[in-house]
Amino acid sequence: MSSQEIGQMAHLLRRAGFGATRDELEEYVEKGYEAVVEELLHPGDPQNLPDDIIRRYHTEQSELRLADGAAAYWMYRMITTKCPLEDKLALFWHGLFATAYVKLNQARVLLNQIDMFRRDGLGNLSTLMVEMSKDPAMIIWLDNNDNHKDAPNENFGRELLELFSLGIGNYTEQDVKECARAFTGWTLGNAEYMASRASRDSIWPYSRIAWHFEYRDYDHDDGEKTFLGETGNFSGDDIIEIIVRQEATARFICTRLFQFFAADEVDEAGEQLINSMVQSYWDSNHEIRSVLRTLFNSEYFKSDQARFARVKGPVELVVGAVRLAGSYRTPTQGIEQVARQAVYMGQGLLQPPSVEGWHEGIEWVDSGALVERVNFVAHEMSNVNNPGVRRIIERLATENGGVLSPEKLVDQCLDLLGPVMVSDSTRKSLVNFAARQGDLNLTDHQTGDDAEQRVATMLGLATSTREFQLA
Amino acid sequence: MVASQKSPNLVVIQLIGANDPLNTIIPYGNPLYYDFRPNVHMKPEEVLPIDDDFGFTPHAGAIKSLWDQGKVALINGIGYTNPNRSHFRSMDVWHTAQPDKIATEGWLGRAMRELDPNAENVLTGVNFGRGLPRSLSCRGVPVASVGNLETYGLFPDLKDEQEKHYALEAFAQMYGGAEAHDAVIDFLGQTGRDALKGADILRTAPAKYTSSVEYAPNGIAQSLKNAAQVMFADLGTRIYYTSYGSFDTHGGELAQHASLWDDVSGAVSDFYADLEEHGREDDTLIYIWTEFGRRIRDNGSGTDHGAGGTAFIIGNKVKGGMYGEYPSLKEEDQLDGDLKANNDFRQTYTTILERWLGLDAGPIVNGRFEPHDFLDK
Repeated sequence: MSSQEIGQMAHLLRRAGFGATRDELEEYVEKGYEAVVEELLHPGDPQNLPDDIIRRYHTEQSELRLADGAAAYWMYRMITTKCPLEDKLALFWHGLFATAYVKLNQARVLLNQIDMFRRDGLGNLSTLMVEMSKDPAMIIWLDNNDNHKDAPNENFGRELLELFSLGIGNYTEQDVKECARAFTGWTLGNAEYMASRASRDSIWPYSRIAWHFEYRDYDHDDGEKTFLGETGNFSGDDIIEIIVRQEATARFICTRLFQFFAADEVDEAGEQLINSMVQSYWDSNHEIRSVLRTLFNSEYFKSDQARFARVKGPVELVVGAVRLAGSYRTPTQGIEQVARQAVYMGQGLLQPPSVEGWHEGIEWVDSGALVERVNFVAHEMSNVNNPGVRRIIERLATENGGVLSPEKLVDQCLDLLGPVMVSDSTRKSLVNFAARQGDLNLTDHQTGDDAEQRVATMLGLATSTREFQLA
Repeated sequence: MVASQKSPNLVVIQLIGANDPLNTIIPYGNPLYYDFRPNVHMKPEEVLPIDDDFGFTPHAGAIKSLWDQGKVALINGIGYTNPNRSHFRSMDVWHTAQPDKIATEGWLGRAMRELDPNAENVLTGVNFGRGLPRSLSCRGVPVASVGNLETYGLFPDLKDEQEKHYALEAFAQMYGGAEAHDAVIDFLGQTGRDALKGADILRTAPAKYTSSVEYAPNGIAQSLKNAAQVMFADLGTRIYYTSYGSFDTHGGELAQHASLWDDVSGAVSDFYADLEEHGREDDTLIYIWTEFGRRIRDNGSGTDHGAGGTAFIIGNKVKGGMYGEYPSLKEEDQLDGDLKANNDFRQTYTTILERWLGLDAGPIVNGRFEPHDFLDK
């Protein structure tokens, strides 16, 4: 098994998942790159922590109406899933069709939306967009419950075109109006009851029970509409069928997928890959799975150009570090703190700042966020009791005859943490740090002894590098 | 000590969870208060009277003393039209000075961008607490968020001082090289150096600090002590931010509210004493706010989410007194059972921005609002 193969697989798993340990990477490499891509694209049983186990230990995750508990619950899932692309892609759709707790005061309905992203996120775009348009959390978030036959509310119709599909400049104000008309009558069951209790119950304004979609024929404007040049008595479903046929939609969705999975910045070679993704979109009748297959199997994605070409988002960084450290694999006090760590770094799950989602790339990082990022990862990786850290120590001890020079220690740590590719000067700084204490002797090492602690400190320092901030 | 001629400082305290205005500045002369609050009220003899109509809760006695010295402005009936009774949404309204749509830039972040347009000082704004309150959030504006000043910075887990010294040295080297010709790597390098610089500077503050004031061991007092330490170290910080709570007293309000205000009032008065001891009372303004008030009628043991509230402005340059009208409790004047706000919170922001920080408030608060007179023009 070559280091080239390991490096490529690590890259794939950082993007299509939340990173992987060396043992996991070796198993993946055995299967072969394209087979792993197919496995990721066809999620089976995620084998994540079962609900009854979680609830037994975490009362705050029992009914999931509150944002903190719900975010921690999703975090558990990301940490333990065997089908990481399913949740990584749910995170992508969560950022694109961004719906936030702030207006809903009900996290359960948001988790239902995330479930929908898991279920339909890899499939046909029109199915996903219809489901998204019927999603109760989305309906309240963008006021479609106030979109009536005789009094249209354009909020959802506008964002559907501007932020969720075509992008600004590819539709007219008239299209927005017609689009809104087509979604009149797409509302919630018990909407009146919910509105009346919203005025009385300030804690759970939209009630404690889960919400459901209801189509009201009598409140739907069935008149003729002209939308993007086509005319007919369009319903919301028809509008979405028209949207997914637009070149602008194909390009918009493929570009956003590219930026989330391949590289923050789109260069000329990136444009070519996006063209191929768009082609797959048409060839597959708008299937996201096909588009991602094209992306992951492309020469661009596999090339050095795409390596470390994305700034890790806070959730990616936190979940990746926890998976690497092997902590929180079972119900653990403090999981809500792990979810909150990502908030401190600027990304609260289920709490995107607005319908635009998060600003990604270098905007993830400011000096305050960087301190949080470095300290959290160093904390996880420098704890010799964490299973993932123990495993790295074991491998260092057995694969190197027990004694490592400072250079060897640095190179092996960087390798087992990724591999993380660092600049010569970064490597030199790490080696200088290690060299103060000379060779490291791991023969007869005991849990928590000085030799192990040296490894742990080095793992903490190696993950505090600039390079580790990138995926 | 002679009062200094320093740049004006703003210290913001957010009371998280919605403070009950009716049990803070108590309309004890109004029988309707007792009608609507059969269970959750303060008795007339407990109240610290301002006049025959209103008085402070006895748990804000230390702030009442500042009031008696004319250093406290109360902004009664503060809020916005069409109030939102969700904590999160309403906080965002106040944070972003934008009630009409979901916005992301914080009003203090925008103010900091005006105060330090080239982001030359990484410590223009400092939050005492974890994470960044949206008030301070603004693209390109660096803010330090300090959980605990004594341990703030990188690698708090490294207990061995020498080990930590070498780790920080390695970090400085690793984030120092600009040879990469890669914009992202360069940006991360600059950010890492800013973080180190901010932490290095901040770490010096506690050591320089001496004071006869002994702050209580609770969170708000410790945060204000940290704010004092940073302020007196003269690091160029202009905006200090901290939060305390939870004031979300749906049940058991009397006990909780008492303890919360004991903490806040004690902390603010200790902080004020510290300002005086260091001659900084003339250039510091304290602003205390909460996202909304609470329902007029109690629910038996607490109060539910309401609308109009009371904000506090405290400082030596403040013209003490009641600003904004105390909202009527009469049924016909209520807003769905809540106090109806009669002055927009952006009037208070405008006053602070224009008359204290010397900034043009319009672009920061998304419009023109009539200032109050708690500060001189």
